[in-house]
Amino acid sequence: MMVATKEIPLKEYVLKGNAACAGCQDMVALRHAHKALEGDVIQVVPACCTSVVQSLWPKVGMNIPILNTAFMASGATASGVKAALRAKGKDDTTVMVWAGDGGTFDIGLQALSGAFERRTDMLYVCYNNQVYSNTGTQRSGATPLYAQTTTTWFGKREPEKLLDLIVAMHEPAYQATANAAYPRDLFDKFKRAKEIKGPKFIHIFIPCPQAWNYPVEKGVEIGKLAVETGYWIMWERIGDKFELGRHSKRFQDPSKRKPIEDFLKLQGRFSRLFKPEKDEEKIKEIEDYIQHRWDILLKTLT
Amino acid sequence: MKTELMSANYAAARAVVSARVEVVAAYPITPATTVPEQIALLSEKGIYKGEFIRVESEHSAMFACIGASSTGARAFTATSSNGLLLMDEALHWASAARLPIVLANINRSVSPSWNIHVSHDDSMSKRDTGWIQFYVSSVDEFYHTIIQAFKLAEDERVLMPTMVNADGFVLSHTVSRYDYLEPEEVDKFLQPYSPPHWVMDPENPVAHGNIVFPEHYQEFRYSMHEGTKNALDVYLEIEAEYKKLFGKYFGGPIECYKCDDADYIMTSQGTIGAEARDAIDQLRKDGYKVGSARIRMYRPFPIDHIRDLAKGKKAIASFDRSVSYGFGGPVANDIRASLYATDIRPLIKSYIGGLGGRDITVPDIKEILLDLIKHEESGEAGPEETWHDLR
Repeated sequence: MMVATKEIPLKEYVLKGNAACAGCQDMVALRHAHKALEGDVIQVVPACCTSVVQSLWPKVGMNIPILNTAFMASGATASGVKAALRAKGKDDTTVMVWAGDGGTFDIGLQALSGAFERRTDMLYVCYNNQVYSNTGTQRSGATPLYAQTTTTWFGKREPEKLLDLIVAMHEPAYQATANAAYPRDLFDKFKRAKEIKGPKFIHIFIPCPQAWNYPVEKGVEIGKLAVETGYWIMWERIGDKFELGRHSKRFQDPSKRKPIEDFLKLQGRFSRLFKPEKDEEKIKEIEDYIQHRWDILLKTLT
Repeated sequence: MKTELMSANYAAARAVVSARVEVVAAYPITPATTVPEQIALLSEKGIYKGEFIRVESEHSAMFACIGASSTGARAFTATSSNGLLLMDEALHWASAARLPIVLANINRSVSPSWNIHVSHDDSMSKRDTGWIQFYVSSVDEFYHTIIQAFKLAEDERVLMPTMVNADGFVLSHTVSRYDYLEPEEVDKFLQPYSPPHWVMDPENPVAHGNIVFPEHYQEFRYSMHEGTKNALDVYLEIEAEYKKLFGKYFGGPIECYKCDDADYIMTSQGTIGAEARDAIDQLRKDGYKVGSARIRMYRPFPIDHIRDLAKGKKAIASFDRSVSYGFGGPVANDIRASLYATDIRPLIKSYIGGLGGRDITVPDIKEILLDLIKHEESGEAGPEETWHDLR
């Protein structure tokens, strides 16, 4: 049973006056995550958009303690925060990493792996906008096949890393995917994570108007299309109990999915798939990779 | 206080217990490895009561210390050589965040080629990371300086992380006598860490490390420089208190041996300074007015102490167990720079050697001092820099 909107706490932790871009879906995700955690949290942030938009010193745009850290160091920094809390007998406070895809898929992977292997009681959140957007849209290990970036001008030649499976192989106590376009579902997942001890991972799909080149008001629409085309799979795993999310269950059957073009053509980063003429072959490749992702996910986790 | 027989690394692990460290994070590297090994053992036996994080790299070791110290815990790590180099980003982070972390660095040569023996290149290359640096010459001094380092780093006038360096193998794996203090004894000297500046606490949320524009950034750096400079006088206070409480004193920022009436001085860092005493005694027997000055505190550099030391001397031999490629001995250059604004003008000759663990013994030190004396007496200064025992 999903939370009713009226049951979501009114208190705001993401305050007015932060420095996020118009249409930033990271702010939507942060806002609902913190409403679920209700303040008893220490948030570790590596270099990423959130490290910039949270505030400009000496002001702060969030009503929670934030420890900014180096790009590759989130898992380690959070381990230290947790150890200090344990040493001081304040073990109940949630330690949460809020890291981008570059800081998780690429440079921060080792520290994440180490922290999870040590079974550190922490919640690691990867908000994934599929690009180094903070530095101006360079490709990351999360950038999808054929997406244009400033280091892949004619489209990336490799598909995104299957990070969820890498994380799953660490056997976290809790793992989920989420999507900023489904804030109630996201809220519920953070509520659940808060109650579970051990390493926890939430992977959030975050459309980015700047990097993906779409009109700022289209973020929710694109987020929903990602699910409806089967591109983004919503699921949850408590211990080794896997559950396909109800939003994605409807699209498990490929014939029920909206055409992937609906998702791609709204985004300037995929414009070369449609101009000067439509590249059916490449679009088919993307579609095939999506199905491969469904197959390998379900084969591995169910 | 009770006297025990241990290697410097084993004693360092005991200093962690004595200082009631709350979080240790460490990764194995020769020759530092036996520090975390011993901490693990003391932890599993319930003697070390803090948390021990067995991290997956040195970069993570220092960032785990940064996370812990940011949350108000007393934090410690130990490493060597390439481990210290991998920490580089984190070393800068810890000092700029003003986190009083203590690091025991077991000096080791830097690769390639692989060499696990002592040089000071690892820590000297971290000179400008904003860490206070000590170099010690005995197991006893290592143990007590680590305890003092917490008090110094945590002092509100300082709030800078502190590195205590000990020569790899010469100290780390050599058993010697030291005087152990129970945590209850150290309590009289070292109070629990209570961050006076900022801390991660959900009851009082602050953000640390967010964006600072050019109109403020420079002032943060200035305050780091001030804090580091303050460490010199604060350390004098700390040493005086330590001496009063425990009867232990290692000579201040520069430990001098027969320097007062000497015409010729050799300066050095680490264990060579202990070896030098015998060389001084032998040369004195032969009628040479020589002394040894062991530089214990390298950052902040004890400029006034160097000036006092150099006043009235005929010549100084500065021995560096490291090299700044293209500019020679780092400490030699700092000594020269310290005197430039004064009218104190002894001959200063730089000697570099002992790299990769090559032995520097009494005959080597005598040879260096006699070379210094020969040049001073002849009136021909000779080379500014000499590589000792270069084949």
